[in-house]
Amino acid sequence: MVVMNPSGDVALQQRDLILVATGLMLLVIVPVIALTVLFAWRYRAGNKDAKYEPNWDHSTQLELVIWAIPLLIIIVLGAVTWVSTHVLDPYRPIERLGPGRLVAKDVRPLEVQVVALDWKWLFIYPEYGIATVNQLAAPVDRPIEFKLTSSTVMNAFYIPSLAGMIYAMPGMETKLHAVINKPGNYDGISSNYSGAGYSGMKFRFYGMSDQGFAQWVASVRAKPMPLTRANYLQLEKPTENVRPMHFGRVDPQLYKAALNMCVRPGSMCMDRMMMIDSMGGGGKHSAEPKNGVGHAEGALEKQPEEKGAPGHWSTPRKPGAPGAQQPGAQQNRDLTLNRTPPAATPGTRQSARA
Amino acid sequence: MFENPAILKTIFGRLTLESLPLHEPIVMGTFAAVAVGGIALLAAITYFKLWTWLWKEWLTSVDHKKVGIMYMILGTVMLLRGFSDAIMMRAQQAMAFGANEGFLPAHHYDQVFTAHGVIMIFFVAMPFVTGIMNYVIPLQIGARDVSFPFLNNMSFWMTASGAVIVMMSLFIGEFARTGWLAMPPLSGIAYSPDVGVDYYIWALQIAGVGTLLSGVNLIATIVKMRAPGMSMMKMPIFCWTALCTNVLIVAAFPVLTAVLALLSLDRYIGTAIFTNELGGNPMMYVNLIWIWGHPEVYILILPLFGVFSEVTSTFSGKRLFGYTSMVYATVVITILAYLVWLHHFFTMGSGASVNSFFGITTMVISIPTGAKIFNWLFTMYRGRIRFELPMMWTVAFMITFTIGGMTGVLLAVPPADFVLHNSLFLVAHFHNVIIGGVLFGTFAAINYWFPKAFGFRLNEWWGKLSFWMWVPGFYVAFMPLYVLGLMGVTRRLRHFDDPSLQIWFVIAAIGAAMIAVGIAAFLIQIFVSVRNRETLRDTTGDPWNGRTLEWATSSPPPAYNFAFTPIVHDGDAYADMKVRGYDRPMTGFRAIHMPKNTGTGVILAGFATALGFGMIWYIWWLAAASMLGLIATSIIHTFNYKRDYHIPVEEVERTEAARTALLNQNKVTTA
Repeated sequence: MVVMNPSGDVALQQRDLILVATGLMLLVIVPVIALTVLFAWRYRAGNKDAKYEPNWDHSTQLELVIWAIPLLIIIVLGAVTWVSTHVLDPYRPIERLGPGRLVAKDVRPLEVQVVALDWKWLFIYPEYGIATVNQLAAPVDRPIEFKLTSSTVMNAFYIPSLAGMIYAMPGMETKLHAVINKPGNYDGISSNYSGAGYSGMKFRFYGMSDQGFAQWVASVRAKPMPLTRANYLQLEKPTENVRPMHFGRVDPQLYKAALNMCVRPGSMCMDRMMMIDSMGGGGKHSAEPKNGVGHAEGALEKQPEEKGAPGHWSTPRKPGAPGAQQPGAQQNRDLTLNRTPPAATPGTRQSARA
Repeated sequence: MFENPAILKTIFGRLTLESLPLHEPIVMGTFAAVAVGGIALLAAITYFKLWTWLWKEWLTSVDHKKVGIMYMILGTVMLLRGFSDAIMMRAQQAMAFGANEGFLPAHHYDQVFTAHGVIMIFFVAMPFVTGIMNYVIPLQIGARDVSFPFLNNMSFWMTASGAVIVMMSLFIGEFARTGWLAMPPLSGIAYSPDVGVDYYIWALQIAGVGTLLSGVNLIATIVKMRAPGMSMMKMPIFCWTALCTNVLIVAAFPVLTAVLALLSLDRYIGTAIFTNELGGNPMMYVNLIWIWGHPEVYILILPLFGVFSEVTSTFSGKRLFGYTSMVYATVVITILAYLVWLHHFFTMGSGASVNSFFGITTMVISIPTGAKIFNWLFTMYRGRIRFELPMMWTVAFMITFTIGGMTGVLLAVPPADFVLHNSLFLVAHFHNVIIGGVLFGTFAAINYWFPKAFGFRLNEWWGKLSFWMWVPGFYVAFMPLYVLGLMGVTRRLRHFDDPSLQIWFVIAAIGAAMIAVGIAAFLIQIFVSVRNRETLRDTTGDPWNGRTLEWATSSPPPAYNFAFTPIVHDGDAYADMKVRGYDRPMTGFRAIHMPKNTGTGVILAGFATALGFGMIWYIWWLAAASMLGLIATSIIHTFNYKRDYHIPVEEVERTEAARTALLNQNKVTTA
C-alpha cells in the first residue's frame, strides 16, 4: 500500500497524519460500535432479564457526555488539522528532507514545469533547458518545486510515493513542493478524470542519485529534437498511452506561453489580456479572432448546416473521417482507444485491442 | 451515409438515423429487452382495460399517498438502471488488466460511470427520499394532504420527465462523459461537443423544478398543516428532519439551476463563463456546483436519520432518547451543510488557512452527527428491541455509517485528503455513507411503512435474504476499494497495468454480485408479499405498535387520512393516545373537502420532456413550441375552477364503519 509506505518525506508526513487522525477517531468509533452490538443483544425483546424503561428519554449528564466526547476529539483533531495543513501546504517550500534533516540554506530546489496535455504529461526543466513527456526524474534528497498548468481540461498531478496530489488547470498555475528520499521507479498518474484517454495518462517518476540524474540529464540533452512552439502545438493534440519522449532543447518561454494559453502564434496571452482589462479594457480590439481553434461557437450561433450529426458513438469510424486521417484532430475527442487508427504521432503506441 | 440538407437539419436538428446505437450490442440488447418489456406492459394494461383506472387513480392523482408511492416506484425502476451501470463498471474493472482492455471502450465506460452517479443521486436517492416524505409527513402531522396537492403531482412528473430524458440518452445519442458533476472545461462545448452533456443539463434542470417545488410544498405543509396541539417541539422527529431537508432543498437547488443555466449559456449562445478563454473561470463552476452538492448529501441523509429515529423508538418500545438534542443536532447539521463545500477540492490549490477552515467546519459536523448516533444508542438502552426488518436495517446502518463517518472525517483533514482525494478510498467513503445511510434507511422505511401504505406486511424471509445479501455484500464490495485507495488507485479508471491490483477488483465484483442478489430478493419480497397479501394482512392499522399519528388511521389510510383531525397532547401522539385509552369517534362524521385530480401535471411534464429533447438535439422549433405549450397549459390551468370536491358524509360513514367492523373482528380473534 504505497500511500501507507511512501518514499518521499511529504507523503510520509501525510501518512503519519492519516494514522494519527484514524487513531483519534477510533477512540470514539470503537466504543460506539461495541455499544451498538452490546445494546442490540442485551436489550433484545427475548431477554426479559434486562431492565425496561419505556419512558426514560432524557438525562442531562448523559447528553453532556455524548456531546462532549465528539467535541473534545474534534478540538484535538482540529488543532492537528490547522497545524498540519499549514506545514504541509503544497505551496510552502519544504523545510526538511526527512525527520530531523533540515534543508540547507543554499540549496536551490529543482524546478519542474508541468503541463498536462491530452492525455500525457509534459515536464520542462528550465534549469537544464530540457523537456520530457511521461517521464520525470529527480535527484534523491533535493527539494523539487513543481509549477503546474494544463493545456485543455483539468487534471491532477499525483505521485503517491512522493507527495499528495495537486490539480493542473488551464490558464492557471498551481504549485507543489516535495522531495524524494529513496532511489526508485515510481508510478505517476493523473488523478482527475480528463476524458477518453484518462486511464492511460500515466508516467514514470525516477528517484536518482546525483550522478545518475546528471547522466540522465545529459542523455536527454543529447536528443536532437527540440521542443519549439511548433512542436508543442503538435504534441498538444489528443493522443493516448503515449510513450516517454525526450527533447534536448526547449523554448525558454514555452511554459509561460502554455500557462497563458498563447502558444499558438497570433493569440493573445492571458496575462496581457488581464493587463488590458485592468487598464479599463480594450473594447472590441482586444477580442481574440474566432478562427476555429480558440473560443468555441455556441449551439444557437450555428447555421442549420453547421449543426453536424455526430453519429452514435458506437458507429465504426469511416476511413475518410477527419479523426481517422489526423490523429490530433479535435474530432479525436469523440474517438476511443479501440477505434483510434495506428498512430502517426511520435511516441504513441497502438492499443492492445486493435 | 447521406448528407443532410439544411431543411432536414432544421426539422431534425442534429438528430439522424446514425444517432441510434445500431453498432453496439450491449445497448441494442438492452434496448430490445426494454422494448419487449415495455410493449408487454402496455399490452397488459390494454388487455386488462386498466388505462382509465391508471389515468384516473394514479397518474393524475393529487393524493400525497399515491404521489409518494409513484416516487418510490420511480426510484426502484431507476435503481435497476443505476445498478446495471454499477455491475458493468465492476465487471470492466475486474477484467481490464494488462493486455485485456475489458469489454467497454472508453467512450462507453465514461458514460456508464457518469450515468451511474447521476442516476443514483438524482433519480434513485432523491425520489426515494421525496417519496417517503410525501407519504409519511401529512399522516404524521394529522393532515389530509400536502399544502399544494396539484403542485405535488406536477413535481413528481417533472422528476419523472428528467428520468425519461436520462433513459432516452441510452438509446438515442449518448450520455455525458464527464463524471456526475460535469465539470467544465471538460463539459464545455469545446471538449464535449456531443449531446451527452446536453442530456445531462436538461434532465437535471427539469427534474430540479420538481425537486424545488416539492421542497416548497413540504415546508408549507409542515409549517402550516400540523394538527392542533402539535407544536414544533411535539412534531415527530421525522418531520423535523424532513423540514430541515426541504429547507436545504429550497436554499440549495436554485444554485444548481443557476450553475447549469450558466453552463447552458456557454454551450448554447457561446458565452465564456466557464471556458478557459476570454476570462472564463472553470473554478467558479466547481465552487458553485459544490455549494449545491454538499447540502445535497445532507438533503439525502437527514430524512433517513428521521426514519432511523422513528424505527429505533418504535422497535425499542421506548420514547426517543434526547428528542430536543436530536432536533438541535439536525438544525446544526442543516446550517453547517453550507459551510463545508470547499472540502471537495482541497487539492485545487487554496491557501492553507482556507483549507483548514473548511476542514475544521467539516469535522464539526461530526459532532451533531455523533450525538445522533449516541441518541439512537441510548434509545435502544433499556428498551425491548424487536428485531423486525426495519430495526435490522437500522442496526446495520448504525455500524456501517459510523465507519463511513470516520473515513469522512479523515478525508476532511486537508493533507490526508491530498493523498486520498479522487481515489477509490473516496469512492468507498461516499458509498459507505450513501448505501449505509440512504439506502439502508430507505429499506428500513419501506419495510416499516409498507403495511401502512398497502394494508399488508412484507414477507420476512425474502426481506431477510435481501438484508443478508445487501449488508455483507456492501462490505465485500467496498472494503476492497478502501484498500485500493491506500494503494494509490484513483477513480474512473478503465484499465490497469499492475496485475497485483486485480484480486481486489475481483472481490469487489463479488460484492456487487451479492448486492444484485439483495436487489432481486427485494423485488421478489414485494412480489411474494402481494401474492400472499391475505395472510400478511394488517387489519389493525398499527402493526408495529407505533408511536406516531400515521398508525392511528387504517392501513391503507382512506383518501382523507383522518375522518376527524386528531388533537395532539404529546410528542409521541399515538402512543400517548393509546396509553390514555383513546376512543375512536364513531359518529358525527361530516363531508370532507378534498382536492380534485388533474392531468395538468402530466401534460406539463410531457411538454417539458419535449422541450428538453428539442434543446438537446438543436430542434429549435420543437423547443419553442414546447415552451409555448408549457406556458399555455399553465395559464389554462389557472382557469380551472373545478379543483375540489367533497367526499360525501355517507361515504365517510361507510368507510369508517368498515374499519370499525374490521377492528371489532380483530378484537374477537385476539380475545
